[in-house]
Amino acid sequence: MNHVTYLKSYVIYEQEDAPNFVTSKGSDAMKKFTPVINAKGYAKVQSVKLSEKTLAKTVQANNFLTDLADFFLFIERIIKETFSREFEFKEFLRQCFQIGNKSLSLISITGIIMGLVLTIQSRPVLVDFGAVTLLPGMVAISLIREMGPVITALICAGKIGSGMGAELGSMKVTEQIEAMEVSSTNPMRFLVVTRVLAATLMIPLLILYADALGIFGSWVGANIKGDVSFVLFFSQAFSSVTFMDFLPAVIKSFFFGAVIGIVGCYKGYNAGRGTESVGIAANSAVVMASLLVIIIDVIAVQITDMLM
Amino acid sequence: MNFEDFKMNTIQTETVVKVKTIRDEPVIEIHDLKKSFNKQEVLKNVSLKLFNGENLAVIGKSGTGKSVLIKCIVGLLNADGGTIEIFEKKVNTLSRKELGELRQEIGFLFQSGALYDSMTVRQNLEFPLRRTRKNISQKEIDEKVREVLENVGLSDAIDKMPSQLSGGMRKRISLARTIIVDPRIMLYDEPTTGLDPATSNEISSLINEVQKKYKTSSLIITHDIECTRTTANRIIMLKDGEVYLEGNVEDFENSPDPVIKSFFK
Repeated sequence: MNHVTYLKSYVIYEQEDAPNFVTSKGSDAMKKFTPVINAKGYAKVQSVKLSEKTLAKTVQANNFLTDLADFFLFIERIIKETFSREFEFKEFLRQCFQIGNKSLSLISITGIIMGLVLTIQSRPVLVDFGAVTLLPGMVAISLIREMGPVITALICAGKIGSGMGAELGSMKVTEQIEAMEVSSTNPMRFLVVTRVLAATLMIPLLILYADALGIFGSWVGANIKGDVSFVLFFSQAFSSVTFMDFLPAVIKSFFFGAVIGIVGCYKGYNAGRGTESVGIAANSAVVMASLLVIIIDVIAVQITDMLM
Repeated sequence: MNFEDFKMNTIQTETVVKVKTIRDEPVIEIHDLKKSFNKQEVLKNVSLKLFNGENLAVIGKSGTGKSVLIKCIVGLLNADGGTIEIFEKKVNTLSRKELGELRQEIGFLFQSGALYDSMTVRQNLEFPLRRTRKNISQKEIDEKVREVLENVGLSDAIDKMPSQLSGGMRKRISLARTIIVDPRIMLYDEPTTGLDPATSNEISSLINEVQKKYKTSSLIITHDIECTRTTANRIIMLKDGEVYLEGNVEDFENSPDPVIKSFFK
């Protein structure tokens, strides 16, 4: 029985004559049975629960919409500050170095393993069909179009996005952002814009680097069970790839970079006051950035499919 | 009493006696300041004046709105009502650029020190100088950094990272970073919180030295009575977001009010 039924039954009990209503139970049962009082109390409790739940849902919906509006306002501020006259070029270069150089080893290992695994998994099937010569082209196309950008972006969301969330979050908690503002420095321009632009520029470069190493890893994989020269493998791989395989992938890579930077900075910049909020900021930056990377990928694939 | 204690006490005594405040020249004037967070009124009609050259201590229990008050003064929080005038400029009517210019006249010592973790002590000190004085030469910067580090007695810490410093050293470096731009007003947010009594005394005497040497007017937010006794020319007590009592140290010491007595035992 749901809450509404109880509320209805409460009304019926109030309106109808109680003895007639319980005639089948007899007069003794009627004495013991106190439906009006019980139903009234229960109805009250249930209606309070119902209203509490409704209020909680309303608050949740409000919070979600407020967060969404905040996020878009944050993006608007980033765009505005990006085109301001006093661009923090030195800090931008430092961030490019931080994001690019410090992610290089992780992306190198991931790129090589990506190509290696893809080749080891798909080679037996291609051998069965006598199409092993298509292996370099197949691996190259799948890496350049999809696997390279998405996997590299997800790894960057984990490393760079969480790093930004944690760094800015701890700066917020320890009042460093406020200290910067008091020192006549615009923290949005100095901390956020530089990081977002650096991520937007460096993540596509990391993706191209991962693609190249992925094809190299594929050549290593092909040579584990077969024997193919480096030059032949690469020439076959690139003869199958066209400019239109690169272009959509590169374009979506810029969006991946931007979204990782924006989400990482947004979560860190808007972290709460306690130390636990630093962890929350880092964690939610990874989750939200990863989710948005996948959503952008779906949209990019659809647009590319329509255009091609 | 060792030599350091003797020196410190001498400095404190000299400062309290020698520094004269100019009562006719308010550098900060606050009228009916109101600030609420989520329907909770933190500041209710707070009015105060900070006069040129004085150390004004604002005391009160935790949660009475002391930190909110100085964050409103420097424009980190927007007041819901009332006015704040600094050097006769209304803070809430200033543009971002004008506020930035005004902030160059104000030094803010944060409760946590707020040193930039990713920078060395030298870079921390250079940061506000480079931001506020665009045409300053490297030689002038080095000279300034050396001077303020000597003033806070931490010349050896110049190439250390903030994580290598103790709580008291962080506070002192933070104070050095604040005074490096020669502010006319100093705002101290709980300068001695979390420090041992000896380090607290050192920070208190540094506050007096800064007042004396840099001719600053200071607003000291604290609930440390020893710090208040050492540094304050005048005291304002906040209670439940309102000014409860204003006076000098003697007024507070001799007050029969139980609320005041609970602070000044």
